[in-house]
Amino acid sequence: MNTTAPPVIEVSGLTKRYGDQLAVDRVDLTVRRGEVYGFLGPNGAGKTTTLRILTGLITPNAGTVRVLGGRPGDSAVLARTGSLIESPAFYPYLSGRDNLRVLAEYAEVPAARVDAVLDLVDLTGRAQDRFSTYSLGMKQRLGVAAALLKEPDLVILDEPTNGLDPAGMRDMRRLIRELGSGDRTVMLSSHLLGEVQQICDRVGIISEGRMVAERTVGELSGEQELVIAADPLDEARRHLSTLVGADAVRTTDDRLRVQVDPQAVAGINKVLVDAGVAVSELRTAERTLEDVFFELTTRKESGDAR
Amino acid sequence: MLASYRAELIKLRKRSATWVLFGTAILLSLTFGYLIPYLGYVSGDDNIQTVGVPRAQVLADMLPKAMTGNAIGGFPVFAGALALVLGALLTGSEYGWGTLKTVLTQGPNRLAVLTAQFAALLTALAGWVVANFALSAAASTAVALAQDQPLDWPSVADLAAGAGAGLLVLSTWAVLGAVLALLLRGVALPIGLGVVWVLGIEALFVGVTSSVLPDLDVVTDALPGVNAGSLVYAVLGPAIGDPPPGVRDAVSGTRALLTLTAYLLICLTTAALTQRRRDVV
Repeated sequence: MNTTAPPVIEVSGLTKRYGDQLAVDRVDLTVRRGEVYGFLGPNGAGKTTTLRILTGLITPNAGTVRVLGGRPGDSAVLARTGSLIESPAFYPYLSGRDNLRVLAEYAEVPAARVDAVLDLVDLTGRAQDRFSTYSLGMKQRLGVAAALLKEPDLVILDEPTNGLDPAGMRDMRRLIRELGSGDRTVMLSSHLLGEVQQICDRVGIISEGRMVAERTVGELSGEQELVIAADPLDEARRHLSTLVGADAVRTTDDRLRVQVDPQAVAGINKVLVDAGVAVSELRTAERTLEDVFFELTTRKESGDAR
Repeated sequence: MLASYRAELIKLRKRSATWVLFGTAILLSLTFGYLIPYLGYVSGDDNIQTVGVPRAQVLADMLPKAMTGNAIGGFPVFAGALALVLGALLTGSEYGWGTLKTVLTQGPNRLAVLTAQFAALLTALAGWVVANFALSAAASTAVALAQDQPLDWPSVADLAAGAGAGLLVLSTWAVLGAVLALLLRGVALPIGLGVVWVLGIEALFVGVTSSVLPDLDVVTDALPGVNAGSLVYAVLGPAIGDPPPGVRDAVSGTRALLTLTAYLLICLTTAALTQRRRDVV
C-alpha cells in the first residue's frame, strides 16, 4: 500500500439523520488509491448509511464528500465506481445474465462484459436461470458481478461474503485481493474480522455513527498487550486500572487484557502480588483485529452509558 | 437516456405480468365486443351485451365500420384499471425488490431513469392499443365475412383519433398508477387504491354527487375517469348505440383532452420532483 497515494474517497464531518435518529455523526475518513480499506462496525453503526452516501443513494445532512474527485452520485463518478450495497437486489423474473444485460445497458458498457463478469464470479453455468431460483451465495456473487461490470476504479462492497459457504468465502477473498492488487481501490464492509485482517491494508471502525479508529491493520492489531489470570479478578482489575488507566484494562474469558508496554510486566506483577492478588498467568500476546474491534466498540458503548 | 430506455424495454418485455395484463385487456375487449354479442346475434337470444338492442344494431356494432368503439370502448374503466396496475408495477416494484439502488448505482441520471421508465411504459401502451385495434379489425372482418356483410372501414382519420384517444386514456391511468406507486414506495397499496377507485369509487362518487349534491359537478367533471369516458365518447360520436361502462357525455371532447393531458403533466412533474432528491434506502 502506498501511503502517499492520492485519496479516492475523502469524507469530512459527514452527518446523516433520519428524523430524530443520528445515523452517521461527523465521520471523517480517507481511502487512498490502490488500497483495500476495511470498514468495520457493529450492526446499526452507520456503515451502510455511509456507503449509501458514497454512492449517491442518500444525501447527507452535513459534511463534505468527494469520491474520485467528484460528487457522490454524479454519473461521471458512478461510471468509475462499482458497488454492492447491503443485500444484492435484482429482478427476480429475469435470469442472472438478463439482469446483468439490463444493468450493462444502464451503465452503457458493452454486452460482452456480462459474460466476462459472470465467468469471474463463477456463475456462467447458472446464468440462464432466474434470479429467484438462486441461493443466497449465488445472489451475492451476482451482486459482485454487477459491481464489476464497469471495470471500476473504485469498488465498494458491503458484506460481500454474506451467505457464502467456506469455499465461496475463500474465492471471494481471493477475488477481492485480486481486485485490490493494482491501482484499483476497494472499500469493504464486513462483519468477518478475520477476513478483513487478511484482506485489508487499512481499517476504519465506526460505532454508533462515529469513527472510533482509522489505522493500518498492522497498527491496530500489531500492538501487544498483557494477558493476566489473577484471583480475585475484580481486585486485580481495580489495581491495574489505578496503575495504567481504566481504558487500558478489559476482561475477556476470565482474563485481564492490559494495553501496556510489555517491559512493565515485572512492575505489574509486583503491584498485584503486593496487593495480595494471586497471579497464575502473566504473558504478552499480540492483539487480533477482533480484540481491537471489540475494545473500541464496547469502550464507546460503555463510555456512552457512563 | 436511450440505453436506459432499452433497459426498461427489456424489463417490461420479459416480465410475465406485462403480458398477463395485456392479454387480459385484449381478451376482455374481444369477449365483450365480439364474442358475447355474436353469440346473442346468431342464437337470437338476448344476453348482457344484446338485451334491448335491435338485432340489426347488434350486427352493425360488430362490423369493421364500428371497430374503433370495440377497440377503445373498454379503455376508460376496465382496460384503464389494468393500465394502472401496469404503471404501478413498473415503478413500485423497484422499491419492493430494492432494485432502484442497483439501477442508480450503475450510473444513469435519476431523471433519465424516470424518463426511460415512462417512455417504455408509453411504448408498451402504444403496442397495446395497436394490438387491440388489429385484433378488433380481425374479429370484425370475421363477423362481416360470416354474415355476408360489406367490409366498410372507418377512415384513417377516425382510426388515428381513436388510437390517439385510447393511448391518452391508458397513459393517464398508467401514469397515475406509476406515480402513486412511486409516492407510496411499493406495489400493493397503490394497486389496491387505484383499482378500487377506477372500478368503483369514482362511479359511486359521481352518482352520489349528481343525485344529492349537483353543485359538486365542477369536482366530478375534473375526475380522470369522467374525462377518460368523455374523450372516448367524443371520439366515437353520438352515433354510438349502447355505450360501454364509463363512456358518457359528461364534458366536451376538447375539455376531456386538456384535462387528461393536465393529469399526465402533473403526474410526470410530481414523479420527477420526488425521484430527483429522494433518499433511496
